[in-house]
Amino acid sequence: MAEVKFDAASRIYPGTEEPAVNKLNLDIGDGELLVLVGPSGSGKSTALRMLAGLEFVNDGSIFINDKDVTLAPPQDRDIAMVFQNYALYPQMTVASNMAFALKQQGVSKEDRMARVKEAAKILDLEPFLDRKPKNLSGGQRQRVAMGRAIVREPQVFLMDEPLSNLDAKLRVQTRTELADLQARLGVTTVYVTHDQVEAMTMGHRVAVLNFGVLQQVDAPRTLYSAPANKFVAGFIGSPAMNLLAASDVGGRAGIGGVQVPLSDAVAAAAGAHPARELTVGVRPEHLQLGSEGIPGEAIVVEELGSESFVHVRIDHLGESTTIVVRDEGETDVRRGDNVSVGFNGPVHLFGPDDQRISG
Amino acid sequence: MSGSNTGPVVGERKLGGYLLSALAWFVGFLFFFPVFWMVLSGFKTEADANGPPKLFFEPTTEQFAEVTNDTTGLLSAGEAFSNSFWAVAISTVLVMLLAIPAAYALSIKPVDKWRDVLFFFISTKFLPIVAAILPLWIIARELNLLNTRLILIILYTAMNLPLAVWMLRSFFSEVPRELIEAAQIDGTNLRGQITSVILPIVAPGLAATALLCVIFAWNEFFLAVQLNPIEGSTVPIWVTGNVSTRGNFLAKLSAASTLATLPVIIAGWLAQKRMIRGLAMGAIK
Ligand SMILES: Nc1ncnc2c1ncn2[C@@H]1O[C@H](COP(=O)(O)OP(=O)(O)OP(=O)(O)O)[C@@H](O)[C@H]1O
Ligand SMILES: [Mg+2]
Repeated sequence: MAEVKFDAASRIYPGTEEPAVNKLNLDIGDGELLVLVGPSGSGKSTALRMLAGLEFVNDGSIFINDKDVTLAPPQDRDIAMVFQNYALYPQMTVASNMAFALKQQGVSKEDRMARVKEAAKILDLEPFLDRKPKNLSGGQRQRVAMGRAIVREPQVFLMDEPLSNLDAKLRVQTRTELADLQARLGVTTVYVTHDQVEAMTMGHRVAVLNFGVLQQVDAPRTLYSAPANKFVAGFIGSPAMNLLAASDVGGRAGIGGVQVPLSDAVAAAAGAHPARELTVGVRPEHLQLGSEGIPGEAIVVEELGSESFVHVRIDHLGESTTIVVRDEGETDVRRGDNVSVGFNGPVHLFGPDDQRISG
Repeated sequence: MSGSNTGPVVGERKLGGYLLSALAWFVGFLFFFPVFWMVLSGFKTEADANGPPKLFFEPTTEQFAEVTNDTTGLLSAGEAFSNSFWAVAISTVLVMLLAIPAAYALSIKPVDKWRDVLFFFISTKFLPIVAAILPLWIIARELNLLNTRLILIILYTAMNLPLAVWMLRSFFSEVPRELIEAAQIDGTNLRGQITSVILPIVAPGLAATALLCVIFAWNEFFLAVQLNPIEGSTVPIWVTGNVSTRGNFLAKLSAASTLATLPVIIAGWLAQKRMIRGLAMGAIK
């Protein structure tokens, strides 16, 4: 059991100018499942590999349980890692793969086998213990990789997109199993993914990275309800939040010719900037189609069964722009209909510095 | 392969395929025939071997007995084979022991300027061996190494090392980086990573490399004949020893050549089994 701390840790790859991870500060609690999420190239893997000891830390430090491990080699950190392509030893059986780390620690053969059997039972791998990895399906390989991590009972689990090689259905199922397993074992886990749904469903807290810079770290619901900046607002949520440069409607921020509803506190804080320099953000589920609001034309209707998303073309700042509105499952709206878009939930405002204006 | 195409195309492809395989068989036969003839001649009497070409004859092992028969003052077969065996075996083991760490340092954790290092290794092969033989001979004489197995072991190691480093480097580069990282995280030290992860994966490559070293060293003639004409002579010298200026020698030479070829064939067969087994293990990915 362990706490992990990144203290202004940076990684600059040789031959590059920009840090791949830039002064990362992160405190991960004992038993916590922290998800690192961000677009491709944002430095998630690099951050994880720094914690693993696979990547040199150019600046700052990393602590596991208050012990400075910045310069410790991977074998001295008592961590286990699940790689994206699983990195199973091809020449060894499933059982040997899982027992390998224990063997290095000098655990006796009986103990090794007992622990491997136990892990195999948890992961439903018992029938496959004598097989080679190449004779397993993708999902089974993924579980072996998990098994290799859990038999060690390490201080920290590190997982780099462990589900990305599975098909969509298996991914959703494994995601749940993994979250459950982590909760049962109570091992501190850092989980990397580029899939924000995975991040939101699994993470106790989620850290959002962009260009190597930590944007926000918070519980999933806070990321959703109070994104710190425009990037987080646009990244978290599916379909994405509508983000539009605000129009000036009577001195206050608006969309098209309609003022957006704001709490008094936010409106007051926003008053410090001209309306034209603000950005309005509103999630599709916080908009509704009705008889009042921003006039527009439905151009795409996506029906998903339980809900549908209507893409509405509106006139905004003299151009035509599309916003997405959530509607109920069996919507009557058809392509080409004239509709009005109203507000039925929170609207976010972002200042000229892209930070969210909170009241 | 494709089989779902329309009639004529399939037909054309098939015909082309037949022609190609006929050609391949023909070329293969062309290559194999001299070897076949050599083996055949080894079982002939000198009269048969030196007469008009004969496919059918009364086989005899007389020549094999003759060439393996010790004659005082001449290099015996036993001595030649044992000299060759030790020179080849020890040099190959040395080459592998030296080439494995070198290849590691040039692929998995490349040293600074690894390209230059790699080039240096191969550049040692640029000099024709004939151009170096005089200094080599003088050095060997000064060190009292002429006519010893040791000089051949040293030279065969040096001769095969660059090739082995190059070959192993390319095999090592194929090992997925994550596997080594996984081994690191699993708590192995450098030696453990090499012995329990890298080497088993590149086993087919190791076998192929060792086989080539064995073949090159076994067949080496020039250095052996220059440096070890009296003692420590190897199999190729023994084979040429059967060329005589008096009387016919074709059958005897064929028998000796056949015997000299056998160990290489056996080594090749063993290595091939290892290589195939390694590949069948699904070594890489
Ligand atoms: N070995 C390297 N040498 C130089 N630059 C690198 C190296 N590895 C990664 N980078 C760069 O560092 C940045 C962060 O890479 P990283 O692999 O951490 O991204 P990521 O968030 O994991 O992306 P993905 O979701 O695509 O895996 C990228 O711009 C990448 O090009
Ligand atoms: Mg990555």
